[in-house]
Amino acid sequence: MATEAISVQHLSKLYTTRDGGVAALERISFSVDEGEFVAVVGPSGCGKSTLLKILAGLLSPSAGSASLRGTTIQGPRRDIGVVFQSPVLFPWRTVLDNVLLPIDVQGLGRVRFMPAAMDLLALVGLRDFERRYPWELSGGMQQRVAITRALIHDPAMLLMDEPFGALDAMTREHMNLELQRIWLEKKKTVFFITHSIPEAVFLADRVLVMTPRPGRVVDDLRIKLPRPRPLDVMTTPEFGDYTRHIRGLFNVKGGLDA
Amino acid sequence: MRSTRNVVLSVLLFCGSVGGWEALVRAFEVPAFILPPPSQVALALWRGFSSGLYLQHLSHTLLETLLGFIAGSALGLVLGTAVALSRPVEFFLYPYIVMFQSLPKVALAPLIVVWFGLGLTSKVINAALIAFFPLLVNTMVGLRSADEERVSLMRSLAASERQIFWMLRLPNSLPFVMAGLDVAMIFALIGAIVAEFVGAQKGLGMLIQSMNFNMDVSGQFSILLILSVVGLLLNRGVMMIRKRVLFWDPSEKERIEQERVSA
Repeated sequence: MATEAISVQHLSKLYTTRDGGVAALERISFSVDEGEFVAVVGPSGCGKSTLLKILAGLLSPSAGSASLRGTTIQGPRRDIGVVFQSPVLFPWRTVLDNVLLPIDVQGLGRVRFMPAAMDLLALVGLRDFERRYPWELSGGMQQRVAITRALIHDPAMLLMDEPFGALDAMTREHMNLELQRIWLEKKKTVFFITHSIPEAVFLADRVLVMTPRPGRVVDDLRIKLPRPRPLDVMTTPEFGDYTRHIRGLFNVKGGLDA
Repeated sequence: MRSTRNVVLSVLLFCGSVGGWEALVRAFEVPAFILPPPSQVALALWRGFSSGLYLQHLSHTLLETLLGFIAGSALGLVLGTAVALSRPVEFFLYPYIVMFQSLPKVALAPLIVVWFGLGLTSKVINAALIAFFPLLVNTMVGLRSADEERVSLMRSLAASERQIFWMLRLPNSLPFVMAGLDVAMIFALIGAIVAEFVGAQKGLGMLIQSMNFNMDVSGQFSILLILSVVGLLLNRGVMMIRKRVLFWDPSEKERIEQERVSA
């Protein structure tokens, strides 16, 4: 497993504002292996969404470089799937049509991907919902449609930007379990952004800890909890050690108190 | 239960007010050229329709209105799209559009009749001119109102600008466009009637004008009645299309649900 799915070298991003520049990211370096689940945790304003936008090709970096699977990112690419904080479904499309949006955009031919769409919908627990419209679904179900849409064109990796941030606590835990199950089945590289420390520790193989002003990666923590992880794992002392360690980093750096 | 009671109540209210009107006009001996009693209006209506006079003028006005509506809204749609998509077009055209928009368009009717004559053309052009603006403005706003996150999603899929337009911006603008059509329909009717007032050989507006000269007030009332029914039906027609097209729009769903509750 020597192939690097994501490689980021001395990446910086400066936003120019009226009062001068603001460093959203400052000289960030890390890499993610193929098939790895990496979570980035940090308070709001630490530049984690900026980082994801750069990886998705929606923003260009001010300095440094970022590459996916050996090629430098120069714009949006078709071998990634992105899940945003809100489901971003099109209300005039049915669930199935929403899932097939990447296929339509990339002109891959609906017929060929129809079985895959139905299988994926079944995988995320939305069998028999394909003819429904987004407004007929709950928030958690809508986000599952968004995940299905991100997976439909069989991308090499998933970029997820606080995908469960808008859900209530119970639904969120359930979605964490679901995501783990999907990941164990699909074995795709996942780059997952969150501001919840337990969520990051629960889901990830590795947690990158970021602090704001300027956005920096202050720790790269390997989570050695066996999989599949049940929700109970959150009550174990090992889990507590990980979350305490990360929280400690924020308190030292003033990230959460600021 | 409640709905049947409401129907009974509204029928009673209608009969009461019409009966009251009739009684008051008769009791105070109001001259018919000031305010005719409803019975005379009904009589005028019956005469007009049975002689075929109203139908002939009505169909003419309706034709003017619909042609004006189609031409005006098509032009508004195309130009609104051009302004929304192209910065240069917006830069050079928009000042004139704003200037023209603040002008009361009915004031142009005399000029248009002078230019295009007393026939159908001048009425259609006047109707189109007034129907044009709501479509122009709403198309512009609608095409530009696509949610930033949805645009990001399309970009992350490596969609071209053309694809973003067809798959996102256009369907997203439909609630605005349909609201524009709603207004444009009634505006087209106003435009046609005003142009007929200025000078025409046929049409309900011209009929009102000539009845006014003859002090035929009950006739005028009967035509006002027809016009309000026509306006209502045209509006209903647009709303039916709207319901079909915008079945997914939250505001539309609310309206459908409200209608379900009240029905």
